[in-house]
Amino acid sequence: MKLFKTLAVSAAVALASTSGVATAGTLQDVQARGELNCIVTTGVAGFGAPNDAGRWEGFDVDFCRATAAAVLGDPNKVKFVPTTGKTRFTALNSGEGDVLYRNTTITMSRDADLKLTFLGVNYYDGQGFLVPKALGVTSAKQLDGASVCIQTGTTTELNLADYFRANNMSYEPVTIETNEEGQVNYLAGRCDVYTTDASGLASTRSSFEHPNAHIVLPEIISKEPLGPAVRQGDDQWADVVRWVLNVLIAAEEAGITQGNIMGHSKSAGDNPDINRIAGTEGDFGAMIGLDKQWAVRAISAVGNYGEIFERSIGVNTPLGLARGLNAQWTQGGILYAPPVR
Amino acid sequence: MATSDTNTGPSLLYRLVNDKELRSVAIQVITIALLFAFLFYIVNNAIVNLAAIGKDYDFKFLSEASNYDINQHLIAYNSRSSHLTAMWVGILNTLLVAISGIVLSTIVGFILGVLRLSPNWLINRTVYVYVEYVRNVPVLLHILLVHGIVVNTLPIPKNAINLADSTFFLTNRGFYTPKPLFDPAMWAVLIAFIVAIGFTWWFRRYAKKVQDETGKIYPVFWISLAAIFGLPVIVYFLAGSPMDWDYPVLKGFNFKGGLVLRPEFIALWLALSLYTAAFIAEIVRAGIQAISYGQTEAGKALGLRDNRIMQLVIIPQALRIIIPPLSSQYLNVTKNSSLAIAIGYMDIVATIGGISLNQTGREMECMTIVLGLYLAASLTISSFMNWYNKRMKLVER
Repeated sequence: MKLFKTLAVSAAVALASTSGVATAGTLQDVQARGELNCIVTTGVAGFGAPNDAGRWEGFDVDFCRATAAAVLGDPNKVKFVPTTGKTRFTALNSGEGDVLYRNTTITMSRDADLKLTFLGVNYYDGQGFLVPKALGVTSAKQLDGASVCIQTGTTTELNLADYFRANNMSYEPVTIETNEEGQVNYLAGRCDVYTTDASGLASTRSSFEHPNAHIVLPEIISKEPLGPAVRQGDDQWADVVRWVLNVLIAAEEAGITQGNIMGHSKSAGDNPDINRIAGTEGDFGAMIGLDKQWAVRAISAVGNYGEIFERSIGVNTPLGLARGLNAQWTQGGILYAPPVR
Repeated sequence: MATSDTNTGPSLLYRLVNDKELRSVAIQVITIALLFAFLFYIVNNAIVNLAAIGKDYDFKFLSEASNYDINQHLIAYNSRSSHLTAMWVGILNTLLVAISGIVLSTIVGFILGVLRLSPNWLINRTVYVYVEYVRNVPVLLHILLVHGIVVNTLPIPKNAINLADSTFFLTNRGFYTPKPLFDPAMWAVLIAFIVAIGFTWWFRRYAKKVQDETGKIYPVFWISLAAIFGLPVIVYFLAGSPMDWDYPVLKGFNFKGGLVLRPEFIALWLALSLYTAAFIAEIVRAGIQAISYGQTEAGKALGLRDNRIMQLVIIPQALRIIIPPLSSQYLNVTKNSSLAIAIGYMDIVATIGGISLNQTGREMECMTIVLGLYLAASLTISSFMNWYNKRMKLVER
């Protein structure tokens, strides 16, 4: 009888402890929790890495903080979930994170097959090759027979296979899980070439002892539009993240900076674009479930797109990336935010 | 005359609670029913939730092109091959490291186990320190350490260490050896080898029979050795040396030609083998020490030398005690090989359970495949060990 009772109770407990399907109201979940869970990388200098004090800093990290500021009012109410190339999408889909800002390329299969929703591009990038100068290689077409360090589970892996096959070259793929592992193997000479997005290469090279002993080869072999992602099925949350990204780009175009946003938000000025972003005209925040000051909070937390870029990956940082394609459309680049109206 | 009792006895419910046998049967039936209900619920839950987020459970993705390359593949493979081929490449790599790991760890483990019992104090203590260090550090750290040593201390191909006058090369990209190229006439040598093995097997039985009947001892070991090596070699030269070598040559970035053992394979194989060898050493020592000293004394009384006593009296009895825990260690080698992903060795977890899983997004299907394959490999190893154990068992009346 005792045995039967224990069995019955344990079976009932087992049946009861199952996880349900994820709820669709991510915005409400985040506001109730009081913290935004942001899926980031394990450590890419300039894009997302903890500094010496343990505080996360970087290009993608700033966008997370802007979103948290817009939704929760405090850019520090973010929990960062570091993931590898392999685990990032399952972490997003399983609910471990609310938004993914992890220099992730937008592709059709990721959008449609993996059930993700991409919300725009925060960095236009392309895949390149990093080689030591000592090899004397000047073009990617001279890399026949080389050993190439490549991160698994990425689009770079597929592009690499395609490029070498299209050019009738062979190579030895050395698979690595993280950027750090790749750096160690590359510097030890296990592989001749390190390939990832050009921004990742600049970031990696900046952390070497002798950055000038390595060059990025001129060939950019793919389009890598990097952008944030959320789970499919939650349109309101997708709108929130999308428009935080758009407003940061639009703010740079309109001339709003971290320094002057507070001034603009106090009273309406002559420029209707600035008024709409600063919340003095119209109530665009309510359309996405937030209040009038949503953009003001985001911009005063991290600045506009240009300021975010210059702070983490710009020409005055160790990465030294020029704006290039990532300049505003009025200044020779292709950043073109839809208007806030 | 006794009349049959028309009363059917106590009610079913009463018997269910009080009759021991019926009660135990009922409980087992109910437990099994609950277990199946639970399993059904779990599987159904997974299917329903997957359908809710729009994912189905099918294996069609296995026929699509994989679009990635693998550096170590025992069968033909390129980036246009299917995910199914990538899976086979992964399985073969796992089996390769598991079997070579089992072989090396058994050899080293047995040697260490016997050495641990040596009366020489230095040997005894050295093995003791080795075993204690290796056993108490997690195997992942061993793998990372060996891989780090191989990759960081060995030179790059340009400065390769060459052995035997440029036939073998040791670099941090791998150990390069010449590859034998076989003519069709090599089949004769292979057949000669098989014939030699068959002859050895027959000769052993014949020699035992002769020894039982007449007491005459043939030098079985040496004759078998001569047959297995001698016969194929003779046939080889008679067939006109039908073998050529493909030497590795440095071309550009890497060596081309020849066979290569990648540092990932070497690191995983050595680390797994040395780790498991420490455990096997302790199992062997336990088995040998379990045999009472009276057996050794009896052997000495018969006039046998020490190594003959170990070989003919102690080890055969100790094997009965050694084999069951040994099969657990073999299963551990197979399962620990899944740590290959930490150093980039492309085994089953890295190909179908890693890259294919990530690129196609099919976690449930890929994990099912990986689990099924590990289960199949482990069951094969343990059933073989159980068969061997039965052969060695003490046959009592």
